[in-house]
Amino acid sequence: MLPTTPSQTVGPFYTLGLCREPAHELIPPSDPSAISLGGRLLDGEGEPIDGVIEIWDHVARRWGRSGTDGHGRFAFTIGKPGRAGDDAARLDVYVFARGLLKHQLTRIYFPDERAANAADPVLSALDTADRATLIARADGDGLRFDIRMQGEGATVFFAV
Amino acid sequence: MAGSRATLEQAIDTEVTLDWPDYRSTRLRAPKRPLVPLPERFRDLEGPVFGEDALDALDADLTQHGDGEPLGERIVVRGRVLDVGGRPIRGALVEVWQANAAGRYRHERDQHPAPLDPNFTGGGRCITDAEGRYRFVTVKPGAYPWGNHENAWRPAHIHFSLFGRAFVQRLVTQMYFPGDPLFEFDPIFQSVRDPQARELLVANFDLDVTQPEWALGYTWDVVLGAMGSNSTPLDPD
Repeated sequence: MLPTTPSQTVGPFYTLGLCREPAHELIPPSDPSAISLGGRLLDGEGEPIDGVIEIWDHVARRWGRSGTDGHGRFAFTIGKPGRAGDDAARLDVYVFARGLLKHQLTRIYFPDERAANAADPVLSALDTADRATLIARADGDGLRFDIRMQGEGATVFFAV
Repeated sequence: MAGSRATLEQAIDTEVTLDWPDYRSTRLRAPKRPLVPLPERFRDLEGPVFGEDALDALDADLTQHGDGEPLGERIVVRGRVLDVGGRPIRGALVEVWQANAAGRYRHERDQHPAPLDPNFTGGGRCITDAEGRYRFVTVKPGAYPWGNHENAWRPAHIHFSLFGRAFVQRLVTQMYFPGDPLFEFDPIFQSVRDPQARELLVANFDLDVTQPEWALGYTWDVVLGAMGSNSTPLDPD
């Protein structure tokens, strides 16, 4: 078995390679089912992080990427993901940033899926506070999902 | 013997140390709590696939993105993208970005007082062929100072972003050049604690890849595994 190549930080200048063209619309905003999904990437003191977020809808096979702005804000246009088996609808999320030597894996679940979320084998295995860090909240017509790397309300990150 | 070689390879610890005080900005950004393990079935989850149609033919030649040729030492960087079983990963999107030959990024936040090169933007991409091969033409990036500590300099490097077949094979890393005297002083390189694992980040100078009268050649293979471990191979497709 070959040893895997180690990870290194994405650094501060990732836009040169990763944001050559916009990739934050998983479906066109004009689509009637389009949902705005926004949030902030925050450090252990609540300060904004310069980083990049990638999301993956494995059911519809739709992928997107958004860098954060000076306020740590990222923004996507998504379609609501479908369900697969016993798993609640979700997006798989990678977080990359300067100061983060390896990308981190988290998930976005949906607030209008209470029954499915309660039955989801991954979500239901977490305690209430941790579970709450993975469920987007309604924000006007769209959804809001903040990612906190550390501290009070720190987002749950996963290993596979 | 193949068996003893495999044992040696498994002994390499390829994990970076996330909470690494020598790299100052990890302090408030590295997660402090243990990662929550996902069921093994998520290792097989497929990731996004990017088609050739997403690319421009010149995307892999970073010396062709301006009106003229960039300054610096022209180089070819090529290699293979493999899984932990040594199988080539075809159709993998490889994205790269780097400083110019003077050690300056074309980015508003790079304040290093080294010249920008009007003929070098420093971003490129390609998709691996049926044998998992990628190839870029570029100029060798310069070393540059950064604010991490007194007299801090990054060794010359090219940033690499790769997508494998499986979602968990995603990797963002940096490729370094052999024999760089800055290795021992760089906390980012040193965040990989196992010296044998650090060697996996260093390209090889390769005279066979060098093109006479034109460009020096380097080879660098990348092995993609699962998140948070380099334990068991992914199922072959």
